[in-house]
Amino acid sequence: MGEHLRFVIVGHVDHGKSTLIGRLFYDTDSLPEEKLEEIRKTCEELGRDIEFGFVMDHLEEERTQGITIDTAQTFFKTAKRHYVIIDAPGHKEFIKNMVTGASQAEAALLIVDANEGVQEQTKRHAYILGMLGLDQVIVVLNKMDQVEYSQKRFEEVKKDILTFLTSLGITPTFVIPICAKDGDNVAKRSTNMPWYKGLTVLEGLDTFKILEPDLMKPLRFPIQDVYKIKDKRILVGRVEAGRVHQGDSIVFLPQGTKSTVKSVEILWSDRTEAGAGECIGITLADPLFIERGSVGCPADDKPVVTSSIKANVFWMSKRPYVAGDDIHLRLATQEMPVNITVEKKINSSTLEDISEKPDEVRETEVAQMMIQMKQPIVVDDFNRIQELGRFVLVRDLDVVAGGIITHTQH
Amino acid sequence: MDYLDELESKSIYIIREAYVQFRKIAVLWSIGKDSTTLLWLVRKAFYDQIPFPVMHIDTSFKFKEIYEYRDSKAKEWGLKLLIARNEAALADGMGPKKSKLDCCTELKTNALKMAIDKHKFKALLLGIRRDEHGIRAKERVFSPRNQDFEWDYKNQPPELWDQYKSRQSDEDHIRVHPMLHWTELDIWEYVRREKIPIVPLYFAKNGMRLRSIGCETCCNPVESQADTTDKIVEELKTTHTAERAGRAQDKESAYIMQKLRSLGYM
Repeated sequence: MGEHLRFVIVGHVDHGKSTLIGRLFYDTDSLPEEKLEEIRKTCEELGRDIEFGFVMDHLEEERTQGITIDTAQTFFKTAKRHYVIIDAPGHKEFIKNMVTGASQAEAALLIVDANEGVQEQTKRHAYILGMLGLDQVIVVLNKMDQVEYSQKRFEEVKKDILTFLTSLGITPTFVIPICAKDGDNVAKRSTNMPWYKGLTVLEGLDTFKILEPDLMKPLRFPIQDVYKIKDKRILVGRVEAGRVHQGDSIVFLPQGTKSTVKSVEILWSDRTEAGAGECIGITLADPLFIERGSVGCPADDKPVVTSSIKANVFWMSKRPYVAGDDIHLRLATQEMPVNITVEKKINSSTLEDISEKPDEVRETEVAQMMIQMKQPIVVDDFNRIQELGRFVLVRDLDVVAGGIITHTQH
Repeated sequence: MDYLDELESKSIYIIREAYVQFRKIAVLWSIGKDSTTLLWLVRKAFYDQIPFPVMHIDTSFKFKEIYEYRDSKAKEWGLKLLIARNEAALADGMGPKKSKLDCCTELKTNALKMAIDKHKFKALLLGIRRDEHGIRAKERVFSPRNQDFEWDYKNQPPELWDQYKSRQSDEDHIRVHPMLHWTELDIWEYVRREKIPIVPLYFAKNGMRLRSIGCETCCNPVESQADTTDKIVEELKTTHTAERAGRAQDKESAYIMQKLRSLGYM
């Protein structure tokens, strides 16, 4: 069966994301013949050379206009393991699709055109990677053929991007000069750049770790729903951190009610314990009234219960946030109305302070917000338990922003 | 947790989330390997007491094995089976001899539309996967359809950290896709591990088998010697043929799948 690593390819428009993906497929022999044939045929109809980008760009509008509109996912494998590639669009106007893709990855390839250098979306995408907490990052400098495979140019652009990434707290594991179109340093070492002694893209990816749920952390079990099955009242949900065993003492927050785990419920299984990442059910020794949104945890290592948090919020809706908007916050299975105070705003590409109009937050802007709840919320430090340290904001039932908690209370 | 446990857990989370958000839902069961696996996951999610109907869109052109399998399993598993057919179109003579786009639209999409209207479902669970087709690779887990059933694929909602789109008044229903992250090989490895009974059409007879099953009239078998689950798993590890190679409706023109799907096809 083997391991699967999920990685996203991000970067500015036309820096070669889709071409790199096509090349990865082609060089790992992962393209079904029929798909290659279909691409060949479509390219012929459009009157152009075979375009590897079409492996991911499947919408008619994407192919005729030569752009990526939405994120897509597909699969390839190396000798070491399987990969899920998440493609993300480079246009600013499709940023929510980029965030959707990147939020599902455990590693990232940031692609930069060696000729054009660092551009607006290069920076914005890097910012989003940092915000999402992705720390397995490879930078590839593409189109080295257009700069005559120059080591000097490589070092210049490398310096630019490293300076920017350092300011975001991101340290890329590798910086690799490539030509995706011809395959230089993608799967095969380039003969055009003998000065480069590092790994190829595939070798670099193979060094990354698959993120495993952490069983050593304290239990976090947000209740998703409650089922009445025969005479049992089963609290169902996903164990977000730690482990739960039959017989464990358990506290439900924010209420603070205590009980003992009477049984772990998994259909067709007699297991009496479960760990992070598993969707299970439990029954309790006491007939407590527990609902969706409560979080089960151990008495001696509880999350924070608070009615206000500070957070960095990335706005993704075309319609700006305006002071007074009716906003709900969703964190794990909790959902509640909130009041927002914008304390500061930055441009997510240039990182400039743009706080002069704090009553409005526009698409792609990042706001430092003070968020107040009318009822208590259960949260953790993002750096300790990510699942309870991040949230989305919802307006009119649309997800409009993603946020990372920076202060669990003030 | 191994890889199959992870896939399973992720799907169960989505299935339970769809039920808690909408309550009035149904799962679509085409009787193929994917939707039968989905049904298996739904049984697991609800401790074998599925609190909603299982719907079969019946074009009337399915293989006889499909109907036999459906009726026997529905009984064995105690399913609330709903059969949805576009009787008016069938009476008018709609069938695969007309254009594939029209036939799929009438007998699948419109049959589904009528069933949703009748039962007022707010969401439907579907077993589609990203690796089946480039268009399906673009799908969201919770994918809204408007009243006219259209998929606004150029403006999909963001989806992060398992927080999904809720329903809005001007949207007809939400398509929920709990198995987007599975591949064809994953399905067969899971079928093998869980010993899920699968309709016999997938297993090779006389050197041919079906890899993807729809209507009898529009499905072509592929050459294969794989007559057991083990052999299918081995075959898929080395094959270079696309899964839907035998599905006629994908082939009429370059973007037919996109057109079908934007009109509400599964």
